[in-house]
Amino acid sequence: MKIHIKGGRLIDPKHGVDAARDVYITAGRVVGIGELPNGWSANRTIDATGMVVCPGLVDLAARLREPGFEYKATLDSEMEAAVAGGVTSLACPPDTDPPLDEPGLVEMLKYRTKSLNGARVYPIGALTERLQGKRLTEMAELRDAGCVAFSQADAPFADNQVLFLALQYASTFGFAVWLRALDQALGRNGVAHDGQVATRLGLPAIPVCAETAALSIILLLARETGARVHLARISSAEGVDMIRRAKADGIKVTCDVAVHHAHLSEMDIGYFDPNCRVMPPFRSQRDRTALRLGLADGTIDALCSDHTPVDDDAKQLPFGEAEPGVTGLELLLPLSLKWAAESDLPLSTAISRITCDAARVLGIDAGHLAVGSAADVCIFDPERHWRVEPAALKSQGKNTPYLGYEMVGRVCYTLIDGQVVFEPANTRRHANGDAARRV
Amino acid sequence: MWLDPSNPQLNKNGELHHLLSLEGLPAAILRQILDTAQSFVGVTQREVKKVPLLRGKAVFNLFFEPSTRTRTTFEIAAKRLSADVINLAINISSQTKGETVLDTVANLSAMQADMFIVRHASSGAPYLIAKHVAPEIHVINAGDGRHAHPTQGLLDVFTIRHYKRDFSNLRVAIVGDILHSRVARSHIHALAILGVPEIRVIGPKTLLPTNVEGLGVHVYHDMRQGLKDVDVVMMLRLQNERMQGALLASAQEFFKYYGLTEEKLALAKPDAIVLHPGPMNRGVEIDSNVADGKQSVILPQVTFGIAIRMAVMSILGGN
Repeated sequence: MKIHIKGGRLIDPKHGVDAARDVYITAGRVVGIGELPNGWSANRTIDATGMVVCPGLVDLAARLREPGFEYKATLDSEMEAAVAGGVTSLACPPDTDPPLDEPGLVEMLKYRTKSLNGARVYPIGALTERLQGKRLTEMAELRDAGCVAFSQADAPFADNQVLFLALQYASTFGFAVWLRALDQALGRNGVAHDGQVATRLGLPAIPVCAETAALSIILLLARETGARVHLARISSAEGVDMIRRAKADGIKVTCDVAVHHAHLSEMDIGYFDPNCRVMPPFRSQRDRTALRLGLADGTIDALCSDHTPVDDDAKQLPFGEAEPGVTGLELLLPLSLKWAAESDLPLSTAISRITCDAARVLGIDAGHLAVGSAADVCIFDPERHWRVEPAALKSQGKNTPYLGYEMVGRVCYTLIDGQVVFEPANTRRHANGDAARRV
Repeated sequence: MWLDPSNPQLNKNGELHHLLSLEGLPAAILRQILDTAQSFVGVTQREVKKVPLLRGKAVFNLFFEPSTRTRTTFEIAAKRLSADVINLAINISSQTKGETVLDTVANLSAMQADMFIVRHASSGAPYLIAKHVAPEIHVINAGDGRHAHPTQGLLDVFTIRHYKRDFSNLRVAIVGDILHSRVARSHIHALAILGVPEIRVIGPKTLLPTNVEGLGVHVYHDMRQGLKDVDVVMMLRLQNERMQGALLASAQEFFKYYGLTEEKLALAKPDAIVLHPGPMNRGVEIDSNVADGKQSVILPQVTFGIAIRMAVMSILGGN
């Protein structure tokens, strides 16, 4: 199959491209950008006039819920959501049931997702057996099975020695360790940021020091062991400052923030909206501002969806009893664009944080478009308005605080390995509704 | 009944449709409840203590958390309004069989409930219920987690008004476990809305929420300083379980520094009144001499509690 993407605005932050360029694809690879290859003719032409053509998005955290939580979402539904959101590569955390702590489970996940013809899935292996925080997993075996990094998800370590040894062992092989900075004891029973809103609503709180105390230990141990540490879902201004200093000190650390944390704060809980129950909690407006600035100056390496589909039964509970998490694969792009627009940053900065920057964290060859690279492409209409309604989301999880909100920027085509895996059923742009299909 | 999204307890005309919290309610609504309660105080003193305002209506006491005093006062209040009252101790029934809060409420709604009185251990549970009930059903929060206990807040300000008449020149101190207290939050909102110029909270840092000053109160850690020249002392109950964690060292130490004794009460104005939402831990948060003393209005609080609950239910459900 030869595909000609015609008339679009190509934005490829890794190569510093932001210009009108056609893209030519043959047999899953990009064979030309701007210049028509000699003697080349297309089997198919995609008219991208008025659209942005960019590398397929790379999402650092998307829970696919299989195995174990098929009543919340399935690989099939979430693969569909991924390509509808322009995501062509995603990392999935190990907190499935059972957790991804054995090579067979990882191989099965890779096999099943590959057969679905959706996004490329990069499993994050469990750092400890059953995520119990006691015995290390066979990380090298898990890497051979397809894991790209190792994480404890939200589960605690038995003690700091286990964390220390995990970092030492991982660094032996050069594996990255992904950690959430949360001191479990300081955050015990907490469901909301320890601030004005939790005080008013009488919600058990998680103080910022639950993040910063854990960060201090992680950064100390990262320095001591030389391990590559990725800090997942930073939430506080103090946390961003600590990471900024750690990076300046030469500690091998990267970090990400969930895209909803770049927009929402504790105030959005309103009258106990369970869709605002997330981990870490939405913090103060000052924290949110610091996250946005940290993203702008590169202290925060990437934005991710932290996609967590949750069933209605687990959300329609009093705030503190509701399961944390929001669905996000299909909102990653528009919310990233919104962040850049509100921060007076170019479109390419937003795209950078969800393509090449995320790919660099993940250590994969993705998130860019060059002659010879895999043709993973996202084509979106940056002006298209759409409303976040349950029916407009392919994900089985409809749990988002943005229900009813209008977004700007909608994916029109997604290509993986040069195959169109998502395209509009109705090519009429600015049409009411958002008919689109996965192919 | 279309509710105002900015305040889910008011309808489009700005009238009370549910009572979920006192926060954000207009002073006029609070005064309406207090004035209505005043008229019911007389009813409770008659030989036939009944009025027909809720005749034919079904009031469900939905208590997902144990309670005796509050449930009983709601029951008495509903019966004095001639309602049919159904008491459900959900913590020992369907919830333990795995039924969700909303399923329980849906089933009871199908039994033609008119009003739900809800107590729940989780902050915000009555909001969830109010959001999902049919528009003609009213929800009254009888205490949710650490969040609110609006009828307790109202009966306490009713008691204060009864003895002090005017809120505009009062200095009020709230003492003890503010962090876990739904009652304290309702007190603070009610007093602020009614124009009390100085509200103080007194307690150790472990029992005060973050940025409690943001609620418009002055913070004291020294009870002697905090009680100086106050008109009203509102004591809070200290749960025994707080003693076992790291929140406090011991009941003895708490009593020494934050327990209300005659000697500490002498620092307040001579005509200061003492309130306590009950049940009291004598010798932990309050000395018996004070609890039973002439400045104590703890028993009138209980009596007024019935009038307040009658007022709220009649305003919500009466024709």
